[in-house]
Parts: sequence; C-alpha cells; structure tokens
Amino acid sequence: MDLLLTLVSIIMTAATPLLLAALGETVTERAGVLNLGVEGMMIMGAVAGFAGAALSGNPFVGVVAAILAGMAMALLFGFLTLTLLANQVATGLALTLLGLGLSALIGESFVGQPGIKLPSIGGIDPLVPFSFAMVAAVSWFLFRSKGGLIVRAVGVSHASAHALGYNVVGVRYLAVLFGGAMAGLGGGYLSLFYTPQWVENMSAGRGWIALALVVFASWLPLRVLAGAYLFGTISILSFVLQAAGVGIPSQFLSSLPYLGTILALVVISGNKALTRRNTPANLGQAFVPDR
Amino acid sequence: MRLEKRAERSNAMAIASPFIAFALTIVTAAIIFALRGNNPFAALYVYFIEPLTAMWSIEQTLVKASPLILIGAGLSVAYRANVWNIGAEGQLTAGAILAGSVPVFFPQWQSPLAFLAMIILGVLGGMLWASIPATLRNRFNANEILTSLMLVYVVQLLLDYLVRGPWRDPQGFNFPKTVSFSGWQTLPYLTSGIHVGVVITVLIALALGLVMSHTLKGFEIAVTGQSPRAARFAGFSEKSTVMFCFLLAGGLAGLAGAFEISSVVGQLQPQISPGYGFAAIIVAFLGRLNPIGVIFAGLLLALSYIGGEAVQTALQIPDKITRVIQGILLFYILACDTLISYRIVTSSPVLQKA
Repeated sequence: MDLLLTLVSIIMTAATPLLLAALGETVTERAGVLNLGVEGMMIMGAVAGFAGAALSGNPFVGVVAAILAGMAMALLFGFLTLTLLANQVATGLALTLLGLGLSALIGESFVGQPGIKLPSIGGIDPLVPFSFAMVAAVSWFLFRSKGGLIVRAVGVSHASAHALGYNVVGVRYLAVLFGGAMAGLGGGYLSLFYTPQWVENMSAGRGWIALALVVFASWLPLRVLAGAYLFGTISILSFVLQAAGVGIPSQFLSSLPYLGTILALVVISGNKALTRRNTPANLGQAFVPDR
Repeated sequence: MRLEKRAERSNAMAIASPFIAFALTIVTAAIIFALRGNNPFAALYVYFIEPLTAMWSIEQTLVKASPLILIGAGLSVAYRANVWNIGAEGQLTAGAILAGSVPVFFPQWQSPLAFLAMIILGVLGGMLWASIPATLRNRFNANEILTSLMLVYVVQLLLDYLVRGPWRDPQGFNFPKTVSFSGWQTLPYLTSGIHVGVVITVLIALALGLVMSHTLKGFEIAVTGQSPRAARFAGFSEKSTVMFCFLLAGGLAGLAGAFEISSVVGQLQPQISPGYGFAAIIVAFLGRLNPIGVIFAGLLLALSYIGGEAVQTALQIPDKITRVIQGILLFYILACDTLISYRIVTSSPVLQKA
C-alpha cells in the first residue's frame, strides 16, 4: 500500500510540469497561435524560480518569479509574431534557443547550490491540486464562458472574429501570455519541487513533450490531463524498471518518453476525423487587420 | 506606429536585414557585457575581432563553420519548402555513429576505402534518421517538428549507450569513448588546421545554391513552400518534396557528423557536437534560406563560438554567452525580416486618408 502511494505521488510529480505547460499551450493554440517556444519558457521559469527562491529564501517568491519569467518570454514571442508578424514556427524555435542559452548564463552561479523545496501540505505539494483546478478552470473557460468562445472564435476564424468587432491581436496576446505563465510555472515546478536545484537544460525536452501532448489531447483540457499522467507514468516506468534491476540498459529506458511521444503523435495524427474536428483552423497564421 | 504592407517585397531590405540584425545583436551584446561589469568595447573586440587577427583562430573558425554550413545549407532548402526539420542534431549524431562503426569494428583497416566507407555511412546514417520523421509525416500526418526533435534525444541516448557499453575502448581506462581514430580513418588536413571537409563543404553549398536557382527541383521546392496549392496544380508531389528535403538535410547533417568525428573529435564520445544542429537553424535563416548565403552565415556563427571561448579565457565571461548571442541574433533576423514585406508608418491611418 505504501509503495503504491509512493508510486502515485511520484507519477504526480512527473506529470504536473507537463500538465501545467500543456494546459497553457492549449489556450494559446485555441486562440490560433502556435508557440513552439514552450521549452524555452519552461527553462526560463526553472532558472527564475530557483533564483527567486535562492535570493529571497522564500520558495513562493520563486513560484512568482517563474511565472513572470515565462510571461516575459511569451511577451517577446507575442511581440514578434503578433505585432511584427514574424513566422510563428521560426520565432518559437528562436524562443527555445534563446531560453536555453539565457537560462544557462543566468544559472551559471547557481550550479551546485542547494535549492529550497516548495513545502508540501499533507504529503502533497500545493501545485498538484492547483494543476487539477486549472484543468477544470480552463475547461470551463474555453467551453462554458463568453471569453472562451471569443478565444476559440479568434482561433477558428480570425477574419470573422475581427469582423464581429473583437480585438484579435489583443485576445491572442492574452492567450500567449497565459501560455507563458503556465509554462513558466511548469518550469518553476522542476527547480522548486521535482529536483530542487539548478541544472543546465533541466527541462530535458519536457516543453516539446507538452507541445505533443496538446496535439495528442486534440486541444481538449481533460484529455491533456489524461495525456500528462500517461506520460508521467511512462517516464517513471523507466526509473521503476531500472530500480527493479531489469537487464535493459538505462539509456533505452530513458528514451521511452520520447519514443512514447512519437508513437502518440502517430496514433492521434493518423486519425484524421479526430484531429480535424478540434484543430483551430487558423493555427499558426498571422493576422493583419486590413482596416 | 503601425505596419503597412509594401506593394511588393523590398529587395534592398531583404539584403540589408541580416546586416541590421547583426548590428543590433552587437549593440545588445555590448549592453549584456556592460551589465556584467565588463568593458563592452574590450569585450566586443575580444569576441568578434581578435579571433580574426591570428591565423590559427581563423583556421578554427573555418573548421567550425564547416558543419554549420553543411547542415544550414540542407535546412535552408527544407525550410524553403516549409518542411520543418529541427532534428539535424540527431541526424548528425546518427551519421557519426554509422561512420564511427568503421574504425570501431575494423581499427586495422588503413586504406582510402576505409575513409570513403566512413563518409558514405555517415551520409546514409543521417538520411536514415531523417527518413523517420519524413515517413511519419507522409504516412500518418504526424507533425515533423515534434518527431524530428524527439529523435534527437533518442539517438543521443543510443550514442551514450554505445560509447559506455559495447563500443567502449577496452584500453580507455573506462572513459566513455571509443578507440581514437587514426590514419586513413581521419580526414586529410590541407594545412595544420584546415581539413578537406572545409573545401567539400563550400563546394556542396555552392552546388546546392545552383540546384535551387537553376533546376526544376529547386523551382519545385520553392513553389511547394510559397504556395502548396499552386504546387499541387503543377503536379508536384508534396510527399516526395517532404522526403527529398529530409533526406537532403539529413544526409548533409550525417556528413557533418562523419567529418566531425574523423577530424576535430577523433573518436566517438557521449557529446560530439556543441549543438551545431540547432545553431544551423539560425544559420539557415541568417543566410536568407539560400545555400550560398548560408556560407557567410555559417562563418559568422562559427566566429560566435570562437569568440565565446575567447571571452571566457581572456575576460572570464562564461562561454554560455555564445548561445545567448546566437539566440538574440535569430530574434533580430526574424524581426528585421518583417521590414521586407512591411514598412513602418508613424502617421495615423485617419490622417493618411484625408
């Protein structure tokens, strides 16, 4: 029983950063913006979270710093793609490359320092229930509120939404910022709870897995939750098998989450009916108001 | 301030944009140096100019530019066709593994044929690894951005396994590395610092530039990228373009991998590239997605690696600054490219109407 409980809590720890980042990206993409810079926003959140906690001595300051760092990166992305109409794919890649470099430079002096762990309440860290609440909140917002309807309208047909008088660029800025805040928080979770220390490249592709999760979940928050826990389980599986002394080299077990991501993309994307129904029609397209 | 679409693309801006971007990067770098408490002018001199004043560092720049240009040239063709291969780092690794299998299994094989086998296997390895995301996109519609990137992690773990496990040098004191390559299993050097790979790289980039501007295949790729609909009407197959672009970029990345392990690195080890596959993405954009432009962009990015090492030794600035400067450069290029199709208007639209 104890073992099972430990296992569940480890899976939660592995799934939560993916869940947070993927939920944010779901809203961003629902508004028609493809931000491939999740990895960059996450790693900046991780380093800012660690720095905030280390410098102030308070892990909650770290949480706020992580969110702000993610939002700052998202704002940069928004300025390029929404105001300057730069290519979203290229800008997202740039955001990731810059984030990985900048975080390494900022984190240089924190390498090897002990971190401050986020206190857990009753054995569970506060961000786990928060992530569940966010699934419900995002789900409600997107499908039960007027604001969500506008976000989805902007993502499905920005020309129509503009014709109805909605501020397409403004809505997209907000959606991008929300995505940045959640990715930053997911990154902060890594350096404040998952492994409370700063390691260069510590996001280890989680931002990219979160992006794949959004496709896997066909842009539905509840399926993002299911997907995040599926991937959390896969990544924990490798540790469990290693600990159990299975004769498989650790490198092959470590590659499971990445192979799993590819497999998930293949299975979901091959199903055209499923993807076409929920894909925001204007995903990745720049919007220029013509008058 | 707002953007107004130009009547047609500005050719002057298309040429000027990378230069403006580079100038802005220099200014930003100076600010970062100043914020760190270094003299910005001294730091900029050490970073960007001093490496060009000594023969050995010029040679080093050329050698570092080789993988960047090879990969960047392939990526520039792919990105033109809107085929987003971002897994070149993995394709480089796959090429290095296959090429490295020759000296690992036949260390005694000393003939020009051994060298040729390494080069061919390197290209094949890169193509093989690149064919996976291409097939998954063509067959299952799976997003090639995500699959190609995931495969980077997978092949890097495979390399890690090989050099720590079955391929480890038995006389290597347990270090995670294979035997050191020697003789015909390494690249011939032209001078003390420059290997033949550098020359081959430039020839390939020039040839690719001609293919893009003077052949039907080049036209097909450009049309597929600019207007997929027009490409379909013209009877160009999107699937074969996707496969072609992946095999081309993957093959060149694999070749770069083979060159690296048979020259600078000289063996297989857990890390064989300081992120050339990712930096080459910047090279492709800085080179205007044109294989000939990529030659100059590759040299500049190579200089950024050398400069990063220089400021670390001379001024104790961590060489992590390299990746920051590279990232900022890409941002400025993308921002400046807006000015090719748009102009900045400061007057309000209402006044203009009147």
